[in-house]
Amino acid sequence: MDSVLQALRGAFGLMLSADRALVEIVWLSLEVSLSAVVFATLLGLPLGAAIAIGRFPGRRAIVVLLNALMGLPPVVVGLFVYLMLSRAGPLGALGLLFTPPAMVIAQSILILPIIAALCRQAVEDAWIEYEEQLRSLGAHGPGAALTLVWDIRFSLLTAILAGLGRASAEVGAVMIVGGNIDGVTRVMTTTIALETSKGDLPLALSLGIVLIALVIALNAVAQVVKDAAQRRYG
Amino acid sequence: MAATGRILPLALRDASFAAGGRTIIDRMSIEVAAGPSSIILGANGAGKSVLMRLMHGLLAPTAGAVAWNEPDAERRRRLQAMVFQRPVLLRRSALANIVYALKVARIARMERERLAIEALESVGLVHLAQRPARVLSGGEQQRLALARAWALHPEVLFLDEPTASLDPSATREIERVIQAFDASGTKIVMATHNLGQARRLGDEVLFIHQGRLVERAPVEQFFAQPASAEAAAFVKGELPWK
Repeated sequence: MDSVLQALRGAFGLMLSADRALVEIVWLSLEVSLSAVVFATLLGLPLGAAIAIGRFPGRRAIVVLLNALMGLPPVVVGLFVYLMLSRAGPLGALGLLFTPPAMVIAQSILILPIIAALCRQAVEDAWIEYEEQLRSLGAHGPGAALTLVWDIRFSLLTAILAGLGRASAEVGAVMIVGGNIDGVTRVMTTTIALETSKGDLPLALSLGIVLIALVIALNAVAQVVKDAAQRRYG
Repeated sequence: MAATGRILPLALRDASFAAGGRTIIDRMSIEVAAGPSSIILGANGAGKSVLMRLMHGLLAPTAGAVAWNEPDAERRRRLQAMVFQRPVLLRRSALANIVYALKVARIARMERERLAIEALESVGLVHLAQRPARVLSGGEQQRLALARAWALHPEVLFLDEPTASLDPSATREIERVIQAFDASGTKIVMATHNLGQARRLGDEVLFIHQGRLVERAPVEQFFAQPASAEAAAFVKGELPWK
């Protein structure tokens, strides 16, 4: 019990002093995960909407696959991206391994299925309500899909938040492709893993608290936006 | 006989629609011409909604044919509109909902707003133009759906029980709007099971029973002397509540 209290005291001390190393780690984590969310959203929403509305052979299989990929193990994604980016790999020439962009790529791949699958479900549910009306007006294909995505944009926030939650919480992928290099690719989760094994509990704990607080804050903002939109637009 | 540029008359030739092994519309042959408003009357489950969807092109007949006097699908689409029992409005302003419909119909950008405001005027909703559509009352939403359908001045307007989920005063408003559209020359084809409404808005009745067209007659004649036993029973059975 004593060691926990000590760690807590140390953690708040670190946070209050806005320790430089701590701030850098938090900042890089946010940068990497938010970038991954942006890329995965840009790809995932259209992909999800297309699968929701499209009628093509093999569609059911793709839906099953997409849902299954929501549970992709981060270390496997990390390994895959590692192989792609390593010097001998097909994208080795880019020299991205052990850099923040590599971490963004890995997290984007990890959360793309989450955002796409949740978007697919939301759009498909909405399509049941909208289909006849949109077809009656003469809207079809990508135009109709875009209308639908825009109309349920606030529900889709939930899908994006799920992606963000996954990206900010995972450690396996960024550890493998980032390498946890001090001052370069060290993020909150990798630091927590490292410092815990080294026994520096105050730093690990303070990062844990910051991580959870950030995730709660981002979700709270999203909820406020969603509620306001619901009141405004119905 | 039809004037150039008209999509009417619409003809169903032995059109059937079956789903899940059940025949919902059974070999119907109907010609719908411009002019008097047509009421599709029948009990719940008679096939009214499916018939409207076959006419409007939302469903394709599983046998037989639905043919318009206009080969061009794009023009056909633009010159007809449908209002559903429950309006589906987009999460944007009332005005923007109509502007959207005009955009989909490829109306020039500068024309859209003028036409949309005209349409709102026709249903008495101009004062709510900037209000988000989804927070309007049920009656207002349905009037907005009517305005959206009417913004392009369609030749035919299909109405699928447009007042079924509205209270009496909202229903009166909707009926007034439908009468105005009728008077302006738009062909009204409306499904209802409400006999009072059929009398108030209809010129002729198409009585549907179990997926078949049982009787077609001018509205007065239909109610005074229904020719078929089914129609007689329906008129008699429904009257005490209307």
